[in-house]
Amino acid sequence: MRILLVEDDKDVSGFVAKGLREAGHVVEHADNGRDGLFLAASENFDAIILDRMLPGGVDGLRLLETLRAQNNQTPVLFLSALAQVDDRIRGLKAGGDDYLTKPFVFAELLARVEALTRRSKNEGPQTKLVVADLEMDLLARGVKRAGQKIDLQPREFRLLEYLMRHAGQVVTRTMLLEGVWDYHFDPQTNVIDVHVSRLRQKVDKPFASPLIHTVRNAGYILQPETA
Amino acid sequence: MREAAPAAPLAPALRAWLWWRRRFVQRFWLPGHWLPGRWRRPPLLRSAGLRFASLYAALFGLSALALIFFLWWDTAALLDRQVDAAIRADAEGLSERWEAGGPAALVVTIRDRLAENVDDDAIYLLVDKDRQRIAGNLDRWPPGVAADDDWYELPIVRDNIRSLARVHTFDLPGGFHLLVGRDVEARVRLRHVLTDALLWALLVIAGLGAAGALLVRSVLQSTLADISRTTAAIGAGDLSRRVRLSGRGDEFDHLAETINDMLERIGRLMDGVREVSNAIAHDLRTPITRARARLEDALAHATSAVDLRAAIERAEADLDGIVAIFQAILRIAEIEAGARRSAFAPLDLAPVLADLAEFYSAVAEERGIAFAFNAPPQLPVFGDRDMIQQAVANLLDNALKFSPADGAILLAGECLGNTARIIVADRGPGIPEAERRHVTERFYRGETARSTPGSGLGLALTQAVAQLHDGTLTLEDNAPGLRAILTLPTRRHGDA
Repeated sequence: MRILLVEDDKDVSGFVAKGLREAGHVVEHADNGRDGLFLAASENFDAIILDRMLPGGVDGLRLLETLRAQNNQTPVLFLSALAQVDDRIRGLKAGGDDYLTKPFVFAELLARVEALTRRSKNEGPQTKLVVADLEMDLLARGVKRAGQKIDLQPREFRLLEYLMRHAGQVVTRTMLLEGVWDYHFDPQTNVIDVHVSRLRQKVDKPFASPLIHTVRNAGYILQPETA
Repeated sequence: MREAAPAAPLAPALRAWLWWRRRFVQRFWLPGHWLPGRWRRPPLLRSAGLRFASLYAALFGLSALALIFFLWWDTAALLDRQVDAAIRADAEGLSERWEAGGPAALVVTIRDRLAENVDDDAIYLLVDKDRQRIAGNLDRWPPGVAADDDWYELPIVRDNIRSLARVHTFDLPGGFHLLVGRDVEARVRLRHVLTDALLWALLVIAGLGAAGALLVRSVLQSTLADISRTTAAIGAGDLSRRVRLSGRGDEFDHLAETINDMLERIGRLMDGVREVSNAIAHDLRTPITRARARLEDALAHATSAVDLRAAIERAEADLDGIVAIFQAILRIAEIEAGARRSAFAPLDLAPVLADLAEFYSAVAEERGIAFAFNAPPQLPVFGDRDMIQQAVANLLDNALKFSPADGAILLAGECLGNTARIIVADRGPGIPEAERRHVTERFYRGETARSTPGSGLGLALTQAVAQLHDGTLTLEDNAPGLRAILTLPTRRHGDA
């Protein structure tokens, strides 16, 4: 994946670029808004990681608004120290696809960037999700594994749907909290783990190979074991 | 000095003028009250009180002038009309005598009338065709008066006294001319007196108006002075000052009350800011110290890469904890600032609570805690969904944290008149009565809570959310355990 990183802090940008390259992505870096806008407008990227407060006269919001005005739909993730609810709303309204506040955990950033690019690829409406022998019918709201019907509660269904839509990608607990429950706070208890483990009981336990895996210090991934 | 020499005789006057000008400029024009942080009386000529009072005085003066002028004009006109009527009556009488007895009778009548005239204001003159005097009290026909039927107002000399007269001339058959008139000197004098009175009245009105203006100004100023002084003191940093109320309940009292309310709010916000900075200063210091100590210890004593790695991971976890506390502090500050209140909307809490119950009951079940939920089919409130979710989630987090393995948790919603109550009850250790008041303060952690993980900000955040919604958070004894009740209004504050 080709990712543009617009970030003026040398340490942060160096750390992010290194991590993204290690994960197998190609990273272009701009350390001010003007260069960032030039790169974003003139070349093709799969995703843009954008700081809000940038030197060079063009801040992150302006950059994104200009880009969207040119009908450039490259997915954008804001990475900003502006953490208030209003800041987040403003960022998303300007056309941002996701908003992550500093300080951040790299695994969270990586998972969200990869989720962004996946989201932009699957534009058309889907009626069926398939991962290995697990099938989800989105219209009839039914789930089958190896031809065997699995009964799920509505929330469990949405949790599995989220995991299947991001199959092969790491999803963090925060992403699940926001994507499945639409909660924007940090529960002090291991609630997400409990819900995932319940889902595992139904989806993985009766079958030979597990599909839902725990990724240490990051979150979960749904993928066939051989992959 | 050389330039001043030729003007030596003018020097005292010039000096006086300059002195007066300096005083005037200092007294009335220098913008001394613009100095920051200090309140002074505004210069006289810029005073709003003076402006209002001057306006009032001008109106008052104008109406008084109109009244006086009308009186003057009416009186003068009446006198004129009286004189004219008297002259006409005289002339009529004389013409009757003329018709009855000719010139001789007229002469007798004139003499009689002059003799009877006690006021000595009547003027008669009968002349022949050569303008020679036949009878009357004027020596000769006044020059410039044509002998026709007309009115004149002219100066005359009578018994060597100059005077003013209003006369009417008549042509009589046979070339005789008759002049009938009245000495109007007295009337002129009266008019002068009236004019003088008018001028004096003007002066008095101006004086009274100015005095009234100064009075109004000083009243306005003394009423506003306290407000100005208080706000200036606040501006200079003394936030404890309040405007005094006169107790009259007038417009100024309302203004003072509004200002005091505003000052209260500013004071609360300032306290909040101070608390946050204190919290950051004191309560973040401890975990930062701990993280730093661990890193330093690892640097000095770690012998293997495994040890170093473990130390770094612990430090990372410490930093995450610090960030969580930091974010909680900022979130509370954001809530208390009230900026999100504009995003409040009517919403139904029933599905929100059901979702939270489903979300947390999984954890309770796993730990062997009984979780009960009940709520009416609809529970309307006016507020921010995300905030209320977070507030209730904090209460549930606490309940889960302090519940023993065989405990029970209740989440309930109920509608009570104009309020919605959300109850979270557990069977944990509870909070001793003496501590309940403090647990909603930032970073306070009860004796029983010290051993459990947490930032000590959960209840403070819930409390902030309740306050922002004009609601309350009360903590009660659940015997045993804690019963937290979050009360929120169902309608917008001020709606019927």
